[in-house]
This record gives sequence, C-alpha cells and structure tokens, in this order.
Amino acid sequence: MEAVLLQVLAGLATGGIYASLALALVMIYQATHLVNFAQGEMAMFATYIAWSLVNAGMGYWPAFLLTVLIAFVLGVLIERVVIRPVENAPVLAVVVVFIGLLVILNSVAGWIFTYTIKSFPSPFPPALGIRYMSPHQVGALLVTLIVLALLYLFFRFTPLGLAMRAAAQNPVSSRLVGIRVGWMLALGWGLAAAVGAVAGMMVAPIVYLDPNMMSGILLYAFAAALLGGIDSPGGAVVGGLVVGVLENLLGAFVIGNELKLVVALVLIVGVLLVRPSGFFGSVQVSRV
Amino acid sequence: MTALLEVADLRASYGTTRVLHGIEFSLGERSITAVLGANGAGKTTTLRALCGMVRTEGEIRFAGQRIAGRRTEDIARLGIAHVPDGRGTFLYLTTEENLRLGAYARKDKRAVARDVERMYAYFPRLKERRRQQAGTLSGGEQQMLAVSRALMLAPKLLLLDEPSFGLAPLVVRELFGILRAINAESGVSMLLVEQNAAMALELADHACVIETGRVVIAGTAAELKRDDGVRRAYLGY
Repeated sequence: MEAVLLQVLAGLATGGIYASLALALVMIYQATHLVNFAQGEMAMFATYIAWSLVNAGMGYWPAFLLTVLIAFVLGVLIERVVIRPVENAPVLAVVVVFIGLLVILNSVAGWIFTYTIKSFPSPFPPALGIRYMSPHQVGALLVTLIVLALLYLFFRFTPLGLAMRAAAQNPVSSRLVGIRVGWMLALGWGLAAAVGAVAGMMVAPIVYLDPNMMSGILLYAFAAALLGGIDSPGGAVVGGLVVGVLENLLGAFVIGNELKLVVALVLIVGVLLVRPSGFFGSVQVSRV
Repeated sequence: MTALLEVADLRASYGTTRVLHGIEFSLGERSITAVLGANGAGKTTTLRALCGMVRTEGEIRFAGQRIAGRRTEDIARLGIAHVPDGRGTFLYLTTEENLRLGAYARKDKRAVARDVERMYAYFPRLKERRRQQAGTLSGGEQQMLAVSRALMLAPKLLLLDEPSFGLAPLVVRELFGILRAINAESGVSMLLVEQNAAMALELADHACVIETGRVVIAGTAAELKRDDGVRRAYLGY
C-alpha cells in the first residue's frame, strides 16, 4: 500500500509538470485550433536560458523569473514573426511551420549548448521534503499549482484575461468591441511560452538538460490535453495529473519503466478513438 | 442637421463579386435612420463596410474623420458600435462578461459600472441571467444582450443589423420601444437595417431604400411611408 501511495504522489509531481505543458498547448489550441508541436522545444530552449543565467552566477529565483520573462517575449515574437504570416494559410502549412520551429529550436539549442547532457539545479531546500516525496517533487508540485492559480485568476478576473478569452472564441465580435485580436493572440503565445518555461525548469532536474529533453514530456502533455479535452484548460490540468499518476502506477506495477511512454501513446490513440472530445472538451458540430 | 456620418460612392466586394455599387447617404446626430431593402440588396454589407469588415472603396466620414480602410477595432474605438447579423454573442462567457467586453475600449471604470446597471434597468431579464452563460439565453434575451453590449461602448453611432430577426412581435415592440428611449435619453444615433419595414419606419426619423447595391430612395420616414413604391414593395398594402 505504501508503495502505491509513493507512486501516486510521485505521479502527481510529474503530472503537475505535464499539466502545465498541456495547459500551454490548450492555450494555443483555443486561439488557433491547432496543436503547437514546438511547445516542448520552446520550453527546452527557455530552460537552457535559465541554465546559462544560473551558470553566469545569477541566483536561482532571479534567473527563474528572468527566464519566464524572456520566454514570454520570445513567445510573442514567434507569433508576430513566424505564425502571423501563415494566419490564414491552410492547416497543413501551419503544421509544417510548427514542425519547422521544433527542428530549428532543437538544432539551435544543440549548436549553442551542445548535445552533452547537463544537470540542472533544483532550488528547493531539503526541509520541503515529506515522507513520501522528495523536496523537488513537493516544490515542483507547489510551483505548478501556483502557476495554475495565477493563470486562473488572470483569465477569470482581469479585463485583459477576459479580452483574451473573447478573442479566442469570437474574433469578429471582439474586433467590434475594440479588442486588438492580433495582439491578444501574440499575448497568448507569450503566456503559453512562459508557462512552458516553468514546466521545463521544473522537469529539467528530473530528466536532465539536453536538447531532446522535452520530446517525451510533450507526448505526455499531448495525452493529458487530449484526455482532458483539447479545448478545456481545466481538463488539461486534470488530464496532466491523471496521466502522471497513471504512468507511474503502470510503470511501477504493470508494464515496467521501459514501456512508460507507451502509456501516453495508447492514451492518445484511445481517447481519439473512443471519446475525441476528452473528459471536459466540447463536442464540435459543424454543418456541411 | 449636422452630419455624424457621411457616406459617398461606397463600393464593396466579396472576392470578385461586387455587392455595393456606390452607396451614398448621410446621417445626423441624435437621429435614427432605417435602411430598407430586399434580401441580398446589400444592407448588411453596408453596415459591414462602415466597420471595415469588408474591403471597401469610396468615402466614409465619421464625426469629421475619414474611416474608410481603417481597422475594425480602431473604428469601434472611435465610437461606432455594431450589433451584427447573427448577434455576435460570446456564447461561452456570462451575460455580465459580455457586457464588460462591450466596454473594453473604455477607461472610465466607474461610468462602465454605472452603465452595466443602466443596461440591467433597460433589460431586467439580463440582470436575472447575469451569471449565466450567454449561449443558454433565449433568442430574445441574446438580442437584448447584443444591443446592450453595443451600448456599453458608449457609442456615438449604433449600427443595428436586423434586431427583430427571429423575435416574437411583442418582443420586437418592446425592444424598439427601448431603442427609442435610449436614443431620446443619450442621443446616440442609430442606423437600423430591417426586414420589418413597417416597424422600422415607426422607429426611424429618416430612411433609405437600397436595391442591388445602390440607394434608390432616401428621405424622412414620413416621406417614405407615403411613397407608393415603398408602400407596395416593403409595407405590403
């Protein structure tokens, strides 16, 4: 029984990280109706920035905050420079752009920082650890929950958050009330990149830092977003936690650690086959 | 009458199909102007052209400024609110969030809060449903919400695209009564596109008829009511 509890708690800790990245995916999806395949690589790149800052002698938390800020600006820039021109292009063109971004970010990171695996510091003091969880697991879960709470408060209670939600669901009406929809999309990219950066910095001490560190994590995040419903932010969070726990339990007791990633893939295929709208997503009906 | 809106030689196309062939009209401050015409005559496109929602050529002057070719969001910020065809409700947001969005471009928070209450006073049904998702409102309530959302901009000019569409006659009467009251109270000008010509001419002080992308008759509402052609074609007697 204790072993199960241990795995569940560890699952919640990684699940929180999947949840953040899944949330980033959902935020972009809501605005563009496309899944950003480069979301993981954007997070990886941001984590390298954090690593450079820490290595240059900056304290962890100042580096953390500065990285989130830089990631936000980079996210806005990517939307303005790369995504904007293909705004009205066919779906496949945009998907190709996403994949291009993925490859570019991956290669540039390898070029600048080399493919050597690096360790990334965990900022949490040993005192944070509890009986069944390491200090980093507790800390990562706390940071994730704080980020999610901040996002919720922002979207729920600020005029800008409301305008961003409006722009995502009804751009035409949004323009008619004077909302600059283009900027709202760019802000959405910035926020998603910032959330992804946090996920990257929280997961890096566990998986270590290398240009391919997010490829597995992104798959879990996809599974999480789909399970919760790709257009539901709350669903992404629940999905992330469920996927984290499920992956850990199955890995520990059923299929073994080597096949863990299969859990994500089976979930993706399973959800798409059985219930494409996920737990909390809305069913899309279109007249043809 | 000082002109709030002057439109001259306004042309608009969807792709290669030209829909407006040189619309011309003007509209005074504090006035209500009705635009009548058959389906496909270009009424909705005229409103869309005023808001920069379609590619246009020609001249549009609003409160002395040229607005043709400007972006929709900038035109809205100048004080033109639009109740679009299909109501344009933010279906997944609450009634109150819809109202707050209407005032997004305004900075005067206290006046906005006051205006929310003013809308609830005009349409008490909306107050009952303030925390409800707007998509769950009835058609009539959504139309009231669309009008209120547009008024929350505190506009100088309100464009209304078929506000009577899909509503029971009693609800239409109530809505038009409130529009008249709002016009009298706050002096906001209105440009009203309507299929229901009889009701529109009741409400409006001026009117024009659009046929195949051109204004064919314009005048005061009383003049148009007396016009034989208008009476036969649009009033049906």
